[in-house]
Amino acid sequence: MQKHQYEVVVVGAGGAGLTAALYASHKASTAVISKLYPTRSHTGAAQGGIGAALGNTEEDHPEWHAFDTVKGSDYLGDQEAIDFMADEAVDAVYELEHMGLPFSRNPDGTIAQRPFGGHTNNETGKPVRRACYAADRTGHMILQTLFQQSIKNKVRFFDEFYVLDLLIVDGKTAGVIALELATGEMHIFHSKTVIIATGGHGRVWEITSNAYSYTGDGVALTLRRGIPAEDMEFFQFHPTGIYRMGILITEGVRGEGGVLINGEGERFMERYAPTVKDLASRDVISRAMYLEMKDGRGIDGKRYLHMDVTPEVVNHYADVDGRKNPDGSPYRVTASDILNKLPDIIDFCETYIGINPISDPMPVQPTAHYAMGGIPTNKFGEVVVDEKNTILPGLYAAGEVACVSVHGANRLGTNALLDLIIFGKYSGLKAAEYSASEPYLDLPKEPEAFAMQQLDSIRQSKGNERMIDIAAEMKQVMFDHVGVFRVEEGMQQAVDKVRELKERFKEITIDDKGLKFNNNLIEAWELSNLIDIAEVTAVSALARTESRGAHSRDDYSERDDKNWLKHTLAWMENGGVRLGYKPVQITKYKPKARAY
Amino acid sequence: MQVTLKIFRYNPEDGRKKHYDTFTLDADPTDRILDLLEQIKGSEDGTLGFRRACAHGVCGSDAIRINGVNRLACKVLVQDLKSRKVTIEPILGLPIEKDLIINMEPFFDHYRSVMPYFVNDDPPPSKERLQSPEDRERFDDTTKCILCAACSTSCPSYWVNEEYVGPAAIVNAHRFIFDNRDQAASERLEILNEQFGVYRCHTIFNCTDACPRDIQVTQAIGEVKKAIVNGRLD
Repeated sequence: MQKHQYEVVVVGAGGAGLTAALYASHKASTAVISKLYPTRSHTGAAQGGIGAALGNTEEDHPEWHAFDTVKGSDYLGDQEAIDFMADEAVDAVYELEHMGLPFSRNPDGTIAQRPFGGHTNNETGKPVRRACYAADRTGHMILQTLFQQSIKNKVRFFDEFYVLDLLIVDGKTAGVIALELATGEMHIFHSKTVIIATGGHGRVWEITSNAYSYTGDGVALTLRRGIPAEDMEFFQFHPTGIYRMGILITEGVRGEGGVLINGEGERFMERYAPTVKDLASRDVISRAMYLEMKDGRGIDGKRYLHMDVTPEVVNHYADVDGRKNPDGSPYRVTASDILNKLPDIIDFCETYIGINPISDPMPVQPTAHYAMGGIPTNKFGEVVVDEKNTILPGLYAAGEVACVSVHGANRLGTNALLDLIIFGKYSGLKAAEYSASEPYLDLPKEPEAFAMQQLDSIRQSKGNERMIDIAAEMKQVMFDHVGVFRVEEGMQQAVDKVRELKERFKEITIDDKGLKFNNNLIEAWELSNLIDIAEVTAVSALARTESRGAHSRDDYSERDDKNWLKHTLAWMENGGVRLGYKPVQITKYKPKARAY
Repeated sequence: MQVTLKIFRYNPEDGRKKHYDTFTLDADPTDRILDLLEQIKGSEDGTLGFRRACAHGVCGSDAIRINGVNRLACKVLVQDLKSRKVTIEPILGLPIEKDLIINMEPFFDHYRSVMPYFVNDDPPPSKERLQSPEDRERFDDTTKCILCAACSTSCPSYWVNEEYVGPAAIVNAHRFIFDNRDQAASERLEILNEQFGVYRCHTIFNCTDACPRDIQVTQAIGEVKKAIVNGRLD
């Protein structure tokens, strides 16, 4: 058992964790603990852009960005936090550029921007170019840039360490317990603050764009320590995942003029979102796709549609829409434009499905993509643990694991990367500030006991269940019944199934009994995290008898502001889930009907 | 179809010598090699050690040797292979920890040695630094690196000389040397002009063939060599 002492411990080394560490390490002793080598983090898979109203090619304002985010959230986002994020966005993007991030450029040398779903000119309602991008690998550039700066600034990393438990003493944060993967050794990290930045949990669902590593580690960790999870019923299904594989096809494809086409050759989005069409919010498009497929208009009647970015089709619909370049000339693309702006998309399609998107449409279906819900925080990343937003001293969360909430019921494209940078920064600053005035708390005797007990129960389990079967059944039932469209009966079925799986999990056997790189053991732990999260998600969803953002119900098809304009809080208690609610923070944008 | 995987095995904890295990399984032509490894780990042998994360070629976790060449397990499909018999081994030139998991630290030490970060000590402007699309294009290829180590561990010079910084480190130096916003090109060129720098490259091109991101690695190394010789950037 090794012991370490740092004022700030950051768990996770993606965009949020690295940003937090960069800011915290200037003022406080800081360690970053991550189960992955930092550059393997899922931030690197983000493609299309980071949103900020730079106005480099046309008029735009942070206020428009804020309103679009509120509207995108279906009015469940907290407006003070959203205003804060939209205001901070512009400087955050400049700061990334100053760190060397290689953004794509406009002819005048400024950062290039492209249209994205739900980004609009608030006066005309038409799409606006707000997504700052580096080809279709913006997340990769952000992750690499932050990692490079971490090396420059000599940030201390504990790579391939898996955090098992959060230590809380007298209601305050005191550290974490972690397992070193290479050796199987336990480590105690005694700290004044902990910043959780572990990312999302898309691996709950069968078809997902998310990495294997997206197993909800942070939310599960805090749930087990009595901290609630907020708005877990809101999980985004991105409209365009590669059919059956789920690999993300960026919304940037539609930003560059690509259109969705059904089995009858129709550009169906004009029926669902007459003003912005293929650039509506993700929830709106995923629902439209589901309805098209349900009515038999999938391609060849199957469960997929076409995403078409071939130059002929792009140029045809650009004419239909009257789309113009910034100089007023008609919008036109060539094959080489598509290749330059979407090189990775072309590579993915050629590698995995043998299709070149420059000449053929891509088969797509909605794919589980992003957790709007997570650990409740305020706009400084401070974790808040009840209906009154009481702060748990010394604990912070940032990035996808957190629920500020700036995304409400549906996140706008490009706001995830923005969220990482801004809330990563403020949680790092706040943690350093807190550390400067607070002492280390005495740790309890055997602080590792709770972690060891859970680990041993997996190690010593001798039943006949295999993880692969339990995982497959969970993913299936969650995709079928807690996916794009939901009804009471299906969600109840999911709750029952997940509870059955939770019991069966106690009967798993793992093959690997060793210490060194025992991924078998870690994967069992991750699966137990996913099961907890699936249960909390399904229970939260079942209770919400309305449709809002990503939570769409056939049996309650309307938004119900009278009863449901509130955040869900879910606690894991007594072997079940207890729900509570807290109000949404509404400032200047009053809820109204949402049309695109 | 049936596919047979012959997989390198080594676990210092079990006392056995390095050996190969063979698994035969049903596969679809469109399955990734990574899917097959997952299937084996899930259904047949949970002790099999390998790294993975994104599963679509952008995180760089799963570089391995497939039939003797360096590839990402998630970017090779069963239908891409010439034979139904596949040999899977860890990448070469780095210490093996367990099965396909190697110790990446020597690789990252080399990477860190070339100042792989942006340097510009002038006070930044209130907005972005301007850069023309042409200047941005100059180093585009080398920004794609995902640090998977497929290039360095395919290089015979890297195998025989553990002090050689290797192709990946040079690629990452190139990314900054040719970025006209950066101010530390001459320091990096000095580092790479040393004994274990660019001149260990004998243009064998294994690295370029191995790169899962299609970076023209040998060309990038050549451009760095030229910059050292000419004492300026072209």
